Amino acid sequence: MIVPLGHVFLLAGLLFAMGLVCLVAHRNLIMTLIGVEVMMNAAAIAFIGAALRWQMMEGQTFVLFILAVSAAEISLGLALVVSVYRRTGSIDPDRYDILKW
Amino acid sequence: MTVYTVIFYVLAIVILGSTLLAITRRQPVHAVLYLIVAFLGTAALFFMLGAPLLAAFFIIIYAGAIMVLFLFVIMLFQQSPRDLGLLSEWAPATLLGVVFLAVAVAMVFKDPGSGIVLQGAVAEPRDFGRFLFDRYWLAVEIVSILLLVALVAIIQLSKRREAGGNEGEARVTPVRNTSGPSDPAAGERSNISNAVKEGHQ
Repeated sequence: MIVPLGHVFLLAGLLFAMGLVCLVAHRNLIMTLIGVEVMMNAAAIAFIGAALRWQMMEGQTFVLFILAVSAAEISLGLALVVSVYRRTGSIDPDRYDILKW
Repeated sequence: MTVYTVIFYVLAIVILGSTLLAITRRQPVHAVLYLIVAFLGTAALFFMLGAPLLAAFFIIIYAGAIMVLFLFVIMLFQQSPRDLGLLSEWAPATLLGVVFLAVAVAMVFKDPGSGIVLQGAVAEPRDFGRFLFDRYWLAVEIVSILLLVALVAIIQLSKRREAGGNEGEARVTPVRNTSGPSDPAAGERSNISNAVKEGHQ
C-alpha cells in the first residue's frame, strides 16, 4: 500500500552513509556530534519501517529507547566538548597536543 | 501508486536534501538549522508509517530539545571556520561512505523480503503506551537510570575545579597561541620531540 520495504531501508542507508561521511570528514567536534545524530536518525527510520513490515510494536519501542540513548549521548558529548574547549581553547581535534611531550 | 507513496518519496527527498546540506556546511549553526528541517521531515515520515506518538516525541526531543542544546553550545565557542579540505579530508570519507552504501544496498536488495509492500497500520498512542509499560517496563526503568547517570556525569563535568587542590594547579593552560613568542618552552619542547624522533630513526 505504501512503498516496498527496501525503499525505506534504502533511505535509512543513504542517511546513515551521510552521517558517516560527516563524522569522518569534519574537523570540528560539533559537526562530529551532528554526524552521530544523523546516524541515529537513520537507525530510527529503519526500525520504524521494520515495525510496520512485521506489524509488531517492538520496533517502535526500540525507537523510543534510541531517542533516550541519543539524548543522553548528545548531552554528555556536548558537555565533554565544552570541557575540552575550556582546557585547550579549541574544538578542532587536530590541535589537541597536550599529551605531546 | 497511492497518495501515501507520493508523500513518502517527497518526504524522502526533503530529508535527504536537507541532510546533505547540513553535513556540508562549515558553520555548525547552519548545519543545525538544516538538520531541524530533516528531523521535521522524519517526524512526518514516522506519522505516515504508523507511529504518531513517536512522531510527536521526535519533534519534541530532537527538533525541540537537542537541536536547541546544540545551538546554545555553539554560541559558547569562538567561531573559527576553516576551509574544507576537499581532497585530503572529504575524498577518503566520501569514498568510505560510497563503499559502505554500495554494500548495504546490495545486501538489502539481495533479500527477497525487500520487495514486500508495506501495509498501512497505526499504533495508537494508548495501545503503544500500554504495550510499553506492560512488557518493557524494566527497560524503561533502565533507560531512566541511564538518563540519571548522564545527568550526574554532566554536572560533574561542568563543575569548575576549585583552586586549592592539586588538580587546580595541574590544569593545562590554554594553548591558543602555541606558536607565539610568549611560550619559551614551546621551542624547547619541539626540539626534544624532534630529538626523540631522530633517535627512533
